[in-house]
Amino acid sequence: MGRYLIRRLLTAIPTLIAISFVIFAILDLAPSDPTGNLPLTIPPEVKQQIRESLGLGQPFHIRYLKWMQQFFITEPLNILEETTGITIGDSESRFRLRSWQTRGPVIDLIVERMPQTLWVVGLAYLVSVIIAIPLGVISAVKQYSWVDQAGTIFSMIGFSVPTFFTGLLAIIIFSVHLGWFPSFYDTTHQVTDWESFVFQIKQIILPVSVLALFQTATLNRFTRSSVLDNLPQDYVRTVRAKGFREYYVILVHVLRNSLIPVVTLVALGIPTIFGGAIITEQIFRINGLGALLIIAIQGSDIPVVQSLTFIFAVLIVLFNLIADVIYGFLDPRIHYN
Amino acid sequence: MTAQSEAMALPVTTRKQRTLWGDVWVQFRKHKLAMFGLVVIVLIVVSVMIGPMIYTRDPEYIDFSVANQAPSLQYPFGTDNLGRDGLSRNLHGGRISIAVGVVAMLISMFVGSLIGALSGYYSKLDGPLMRFTDMMLALPLLPLLLVIILLFRDTLRATFGPETGIFLLIVFVIGILNWMPTARVVRGSVLSVKEKEFIEAAISIGTNENTVLLKHVFPNVLSPIIVAATLSIANAIITESALSFLGLGFPSDVPTWGRLLYDGKDFMTFTPWVVIFPGLFISFTVLGINFMGDGLRDALDPKLRENDAACQSHLKYQ
Repeated sequence: MGRYLIRRLLTAIPTLIAISFVIFAILDLAPSDPTGNLPLTIPPEVKQQIRESLGLGQPFHIRYLKWMQQFFITEPLNILEETTGITIGDSESRFRLRSWQTRGPVIDLIVERMPQTLWVVGLAYLVSVIIAIPLGVISAVKQYSWVDQAGTIFSMIGFSVPTFFTGLLAIIIFSVHLGWFPSFYDTTHQVTDWESFVFQIKQIILPVSVLALFQTATLNRFTRSSVLDNLPQDYVRTVRAKGFREYYVILVHVLRNSLIPVVTLVALGIPTIFGGAIITEQIFRINGLGALLIIAIQGSDIPVVQSLTFIFAVLIVLFNLIADVIYGFLDPRIHYN
Repeated sequence: MTAQSEAMALPVTTRKQRTLWGDVWVQFRKHKLAMFGLVVIVLIVVSVMIGPMIYTRDPEYIDFSVANQAPSLQYPFGTDNLGRDGLSRNLHGGRISIAVGVVAMLISMFVGSLIGALSGYYSKLDGPLMRFTDMMLALPLLPLLLVIILLFRDTLRATFGPETGIFLLIVFVIGILNWMPTARVVRGSVLSVKEKEFIEAAISIGTNENTVLLKHVFPNVLSPIIVAATLSIANAIITESALSFLGLGFPSDVPTWGRLLYDGKDFMTFTPWVVIFPGLFISFTVLGINFMGDGLRDALDPKLRENDAACQSHLKYQ
């Protein structure tokens, strides 16, 4: 297990380097110029100096290596300093990864946006796991019953109707016509007393349910098919033959075995929580990471786009690894070698 | 005696010959949801193809005197804030959305089956190609799609004209970023088919390797490819709509369903029909295709699992 883990970690490194190169190269082809928006009265020499101060004007490979250094050494050191309060080396003169739009460090932008995304998308994910797994188990145990049929149609609708339509529909119905919930998410809202807490719940319901509908659909189908795979197996018949009650057979024996692939799927979906729900954030005007990415793309703020996409990629690789490890941990039949 | 045996042989020879596709159709018809999906898709495709010939109102004609009209007999789908006709915009938009779906599907199927077949059949290529596939799967797709489109939009527009340029770009990018699930499915099937006796037999009579791959292995992995192809049309349509919805797809003078949603979303509080109709079109198309894919999978290969392409790739566009 330990050796497997080390080998997997080592193979993840070239993958990540390749990804970072792809992301850097694609963005580097950008014809946009960060000095393009500056007033025309600035003389060309000064513009050139600004470009150089932003780290442009050097050959491609140097910029790539510098970006790598900023991303892997400078920024982690800064985070370490901020969290522990210890100064390591000459922290003032380090060349930080800065946004071209705000001129502030990219990390600060990300830290600022992270909580909103985690709250909304994370909560939706949690809700969908809590709904999907029991629903999937019931659907499988009572296959072709009305619960199962309803679950099938619900899931099909869930992953066929895109969030940009369910979101708009939810706003039209629940906030325009019925007036139950606000139509957008106010991120500056502070929870101080009971009333503001109720408002917070109200404004979070729409985005969370739109996202959860979508995620529940996939997870529910997956759980159902996994339970269906396990039900006809010999060990289930043995447990039944021993005279255990049905709910014991299902909850203790079948569920434990069928949850193995489900748990890995849940782990694989976690990067999307951090990635933010780009579309849902646009609809409900949540200023999370997804919205940050869109703003950065529209303003061709290359450093922010590069960092965000690369962080998403790192998370995907990391959670793939975690999913594999969990799989091996839960299912001892899998041997790593 | 001879007459009698002829008479006995008669029912056998006149029995209708059964073909693979005939069997698939029999199986497919039993699947109620799949038939529903097929009917929905045929209806949508036919109305989108033929509709604009019968309903000839210009989708771009601006008439402020009839702006923001609710659906009525004269304007079945209402009009938008500039007085453009909703039905005709939806029909024209459907043509583009469906075309994007089909062409992107062809690209991703071509790349996916090529890479899957090569890596399943030639064990030397397996390692590098699958490593490459894994790397592609780890790329955050939606951000990359957005970035690529933003970067290359102007160049392609300048070379191929505004409409063709953006069409080529979107179709190509969606196709090229969506082949990975197909490659994996095809590789898995090729790996299992190539161990079968008939392949051994083909090799033992001296068939050359490329012929074995094309004539013996490939037809046997066609069913997972067809299922993946069906689902990938739906995926491409959703992706295109998502891009248009974020304002990075087609320009506003080219109505696609996603673009209509994007244009309409600021007015949806007063004129909800401008978002409801394109939304319904997208949803029904995708729902129909997904049901059909389900039915095809059951009909072609009941052993295929239901957790593949659709679920995995949909996770990214939330």
